[in-house]
Amino acid sequence: MAQEEGQQHPLSIYFWIWGLLFVVSFGSYMVDYLNLQGALRYTLILVFMFVKAGFIVAIFMHMKWERLALKLAILVPPVAICVLIGLMALEGKYTFLTRIEFFGDSTFVPEEGHH
Amino acid sequence: MSEAAMTNTGDVLPEGGRGVVSDFSSDKQAFHVPWGKAMMWIFLLSDTFIFSCFLISYMTVRISTSDPWPVPAEVFALSFGGDPIPLVLIAIMTFILITSSGTMAMAVNMGYRKDRIKTFWLMVATAALGASFVGMQAFEWTKLIVDEGVRPWGNPMGAAQFGSSFFMITGFHGMHVSAGVIYLLVIAFRVKRGFYEKRGGNYEIVEITGLYWHFVDLVWVFIFAVFYLW
Repeated sequence: MAQEEGQQHPLSIYFWIWGLLFVVSFGSYMVDYLNLQGALRYTLILVFMFVKAGFIVAIFMHMKWERLALKLAILVPPVAICVLIGLMALEGKYTFLTRIEFFGDSTFVPEEGHH
Repeated sequence: MSEAAMTNTGDVLPEGGRGVVSDFSSDKQAFHVPWGKAMMWIFLLSDTFIFSCFLISYMTVRISTSDPWPVPAEVFALSFGGDPIPLVLIAIMTFILITSSGTMAMAVNMGYRKDRIKTFWLMVATAALGASFVGMQAFEWTKLIVDEGVRPWGNPMGAAQFGSSFFMITGFHGMHVSAGVIYLLVIAFRVKRGFYEKRGGNYEIVEITGLYWHFVDLVWVFIFAVFYLW
């Protein structure tokens, strides 16, 4: 077995990734702090999210050094989630339009003293 | 069946419960990692689907409501005497969880070096950071429930679905962190008192615990992005 000794890697790689996660998290927070809006906001949120998730799985969880069979077994099934996201986004939009059609625009009034 | 089932090499197969175990294991190993690690990965895969279902439900109700969605930057703003700083507590919680992932990665590394004392203290530090995360979450929930009047069925700021999504998603995540803190402490104390020395000095368990802990951080990355920032 290739991994009889387990996953031993130099400490430096963890420190690098650790630092990088801090920088990227700071970036995500800045997206909100600087109040970016529109396509730029959503693109940056998603990019930072996937970069962070990728480094955590690849380095901290050692997926980068696992054999391809394990990588495929764990990383391929979540792709099915994309299908559900697509279906439910369509469903959500349909429900929204149906509500507007039958109930009209929202009449919600935020209470005073709240945001 | 009158005759006992046999393999193609002529070995007699056990029947009943032992037969089920023997057929499913079949003396084959698909993944060349310790079984505990493969099992943890498979558990995390199933957990991925659970969290995905929560986040997708949240997406669906947020898209489908015609009421305005409360602005997370304002709802989760916190004031330290001056102007409210948007999302500041959530940012601190995010950094705490990343820090704990770092200490966990160090613990795994020290475990493989068989440095029991360092592994123990790094795992305890990870658990302490995790506990402080849960503490801040309790503070956040209290503020939301008591001061802002958020309930699972409604809130004064906008769409009623905000509360149910929030409590469900962060509650389930907080439960994972709490379970992780207990798990970490159990393994840390076993490492300290030499439990694994009696089992051939194998510290794979620290890595398996680490997988769970990093997963908790991973889920938070997604919650932070799609719930708090979106």
